Formats: sequence, C-alpha cells, structure tokens
Amino acid sequence: MARKATKRAAAPVLELRGLSKRYGRPLVLDKIDLSLAEHEVVCLIGASGSGKSTLLRCADLLEPIDAGSITLDGGTVSADDRDADATRRQLGIVFQGFSLFPHLTALENVALAPRVALGLTTAAAEKRARALLKQLGLAAKANAYPDSLSGGQQQRVAIARALATEPKVLLLDEITSALDPVLVADVLEALRALAKGGMTMLIATHEMAFAADVADRICYLEGGRIVEEGSPEKIFKAPRDPRTRAFLKRVRSVGASALR
Amino acid sequence: MTAARSARKGTLVAVISTLVVATLVAISIGSSPSWPLVQKAFFDGTYFSSSLPDVIGAFAINIQLFVLAEILILPIGLLIALARSITNPAFTPLRIFATIYTDFFRGVPSILLIYVLGFGVPALRLPGVPKEPFFWALVTLVLIYSAYVSEVYRAGIESIHPSQERAARALGLTRFQALRYVVLPQALRRVVPPLLNDFIGLQKDTALVSILGVVEAFKQAQILKSANFNFTPLMVTALIFLVITIPMTRLVDCLAAKDRATQQGGTR
Ligand SMILES: Nc1ncnc2c1ncn2[C@@H]1O[C@H](COP(=O)(O)OP(=O)(O)OP(=O)(O)O)[C@@H](O)[C@H]1O
Ligand SMILES: [Mg+2]
Repeated sequence: MARKATKRAAAPVLELRGLSKRYGRPLVLDKIDLSLAEHEVVCLIGASGSGKSTLLRCADLLEPIDAGSITLDGGTVSADDRDADATRRQLGIVFQGFSLFPHLTALENVALAPRVALGLTTAAAEKRARALLKQLGLAAKANAYPDSLSGGQQQRVAIARALATEPKVLLLDEITSALDPVLVADVLEALRALAKGGMTMLIATHEMAFAADVADRICYLEGGRIVEEGSPEKIFKAPRDPRTRAFLKRVRSVGASALR
Repeated sequence: MTAARSARKGTLVAVISTLVVATLVAISIGSSPSWPLVQKAFFDGTYFSSSLPDVIGAFAINIQLFVLAEILILPIGLLIALARSITNPAFTPLRIFATIYTDFFRGVPSILLIYVLGFGVPALRLPGVPKEPFFWALVTLVLIYSAYVSEVYRAGIESIHPSQERAARALGLTRFQALRYVVLPQALRRVVPPLLNDFIGLQKDTALVSILGVVEAFKQAQILKSANFNFTPLMVTALIFLVITIPMTRLVDCLAAKDRATQQGGTR
C-alpha cells in the first residue's frame, strides 16, 4: 500500500498529546499520545473498559480532560475553550446508540446542524443533506422518520448527520455493536466507502476483520494506555507486546468477529 | 365466535345493562316522596328557561377570562420552566426565584390570592395601578396557573432523554440551540394532555373571581337565585361549565391514550 507512505508525511489533523483523564481517582486515560494524518484511518481496539469511548469523547471535547493537549489542524483546543462548540463542528462523532432526533425526518436530522450551527439556508442545508443520504444509500429514506428505519439505516443516518458539518475528522464509537449481524455489513460498507473517499477517521471497534480491512493503523489500548500501535499486518500477524498477543488470542477464541 | 361478533355482543350487553340501571335509578328517585321538593328547588323548568339567557350572557366574562389567561400563561409558564432548568451558575438567582415562585403560587389557596390582590391592591390607591376587579382577577389566575403550567413544561423537558441534548451538542449546536431545536419540540408534544388538564382547572376557577363582584356566570346565577329563592340558575351554570369541560376531558383522555400508543410503538 503506497498510499500510506505519503499519508504519514502530512501534518497531523488531530493530535492528542499526553492526554490524561480520570473519573474520580482511577486514571482512565494515561498520557495518550495519538495523531491522525489527513485521510488516515485509525482503529482503536482493546478490551471493554480499556478507555476507547473515553478517548473519543475527550477528543470531541464532550468530557473535560485532566492533563495534556488536543490540537486540531495545528491549533490547540482545550476542554475549557469557550469556543468548544466551534471545535465540535469540525469533528463529527457517532455513538453506538443512534440518538437520532425522533421528531425530525432523516433529511431534517442531517440538515439541522448545517442550518442551525453553520447558518446555511434551509435550501442549501437540505441539498447537502440529500447528497449525504444518497452517498450512504439512503436517498429513498429522506422523508422517513427514525422509528420507521431499520437499525442499520438509522446508524447510517447518524453517520450522514455527523458528516453534515463537513468535519475534518470523524470519530466513531462501536457503531455496529448494537446492530443485527445482517445490518452490520451495510454500515461497515458505508464506512469503507468513506475511507476510500479520503475521510480521516478514528474508530473504536470490536470488529477485528473490519479493522484489519479498513485501518491504516491500529492502536491497541489497555488500562488507558496505547500499548502497541502499527499497521494491521503488524498488529494482527506479528504483535510484539505480550498484552496485545493475549488480547488477540482471547478475541480469536471467542471466534465470530476475529480476523479471518 | 369471531372477534367482531363477540365485540358487538359486548357492546349490546353494555348498552342494555346501562339502560336498565339508569331507568331503575330514575324511577326510584322520581317516586321518592321528596323528589317534587328537590325538583322545584333545583330543576324548575320555568326558572331554567328564564335564567338561561342571563347566565349564558354572563358566561362570556368567564370565557374572556380564561381565553386571555391561557394566552398569557402559555409563554409565561414556559419562561419560568426554562429559568428553572438553566444549570449555568451565573443564573442561580433566577433559578431560585423561579423555584420560590412556583412553590408559592402552587401552595396558596387560589381564593385567598384573588381576595388579597383583588381587594387589597386597589385599596392602596397607587397612582397608575388599575382598580378594575376583572383586571385583578385575570392577574391572579395568570400568576397561579403559570406556576402549575411551568411544572408541566418542566416535566416535559426532563422527560426527554439526555442523549438527545448530547447528540445535538456533539454536532456543534450551542446549549440554547439544542434546547430550541431538539429538546423543546419533543417536550412540547408530550405536554399537551397535562396542559389541557390544567386548563380545565383554570376554566372552573374562573368562577372564583365572583368574590370580587365580577358578574360572571356563577355570580349572575347567585343574583338570580336570591331574587327568586330558587337554585335552578346555579344548575344552569353547572350545566354550562360541563358543556365546556367534559369535551375537553374526553380530548385529554384521547390524546393521552394516543401518546401511550405511540410511545409503546416507537420513539416518535
Ligand atoms: N462517566 C463515567 N464515570 C465514571 N467512570 C467512567 C465513566 N465513563 C467511563 N468510565 C470508566 O472508564 C473506563 C473506560 O471506559 P470506556 O467506556 O472508555 O471503555 P471502552 O474501552 O469504551 O469499553 P467498551 O469496549 O466496553 O465500550 C471504565 O473503567 C469505565 O468504568
Ligand atoms: Mg465504549
């Protein structure tokens, strides 16, 4: 993959330096250093409770951080930044629960942030929303309300909604874990297409096969630290750290979503 | 037996048994020795038709009162509810004020407040302060029912799952935008039935302002009663109130049932 070599050279879009976070006493994130180059796709893997969700929420300024810094496109942002709302517009995030707005149609869900937060006209916002829904294979569902959509469709609307402010980075937190296995494929396919299109993404996932396929880089988290990172080949075929090996062995013995 | 047939049979049984019981009750009341006395004092035909136009005319005052009050209460109640749900520490005084307001006006008997504001304030003869009883009646009802309605709004706002606000904030909407475009539209939909319930209470309470001498339906009926020593005009007033409130009560039940159905069926 020649693509990656050129990517690494670019300046990072999102950079976390020495990021620490505690909930009460326990340290949930312990001096995380992580940077994403433009167009790069990074997957976070790790056992439940290793801090993947916390990392994504801190990066999106949804949680205050205790130490360290977050740099977006070269400018430092901090959790107590008074312009945190503006920063959030430059980062898209999708959680595992869809939290679509039930009183709005798919189209209105996607068009809301461009219209309200970016100040686009309704026509311009809806045009953008339509294009995104089409891109995610939901053109026919534009006027449907969330409760009449399948879980996979809802999750794709949520992705379209997160993309609607044209974020520099898309943060995705286990967005397939609440879905039927049949529906997972649709969502993963949509993400693959986004990755091909050059979207910069940071993805927390339990889908090892997907991670191996889509990621440029894998980070293995344990106890709030990045224990090991590297290309998918390296992490999945020849992990160096014994903790990474132990985790992958556990995942494989469970079967289903392990690396095929 | 098919479901439709058994349902039809059920309806028939219900109708027949209701008719039978109603007839029995009517006969036993009608045949009791004191019924003629009761009828003459409360349900006299001539007094009924003679007082009807006067009472209906006076009821226009009640309608004016509750329509004006409702128009004022809807936005005021919402503002109080919002003041109570602001978490920003800079607005703590406002939150405390709103809390005291709702506690006070929900806790004091309506009739006492009407009396104090309606007689007490005009007696001060402050320059520029209106003295009309109608004005003070309106003010008091608005003060009291804004407190009730603000609680209805607040319950509605709090019933919206926090994940909705979080999702809106994550998209870069400000706190206010999240409230305005995501939380409130959903909350307002849910509060319609309890809001109508409060308005039924308000419509009945318009009769309380009769103590200020406002000649609304109840006061008018009292005047007619005293003139003829007959209670029929009061029954007429009761009937007119029921004509307004019973359909509203049914509407509330109907909306509430529909709400339950959609909440079980989906999230909308
Ligand atoms: N709001 C919170 N308050 C207190 N502790 C929290 C909170 N959120 C997370 N934690 C703790 O922080 C640690 C990391 O949680 P996090 O949700 O980031 O893990 P995760 O890697 O996303 O796990 P999973 O794979 O199960 O989603 C856990 O020990 C968790 O109990
Ligand atoms: Mg998680």
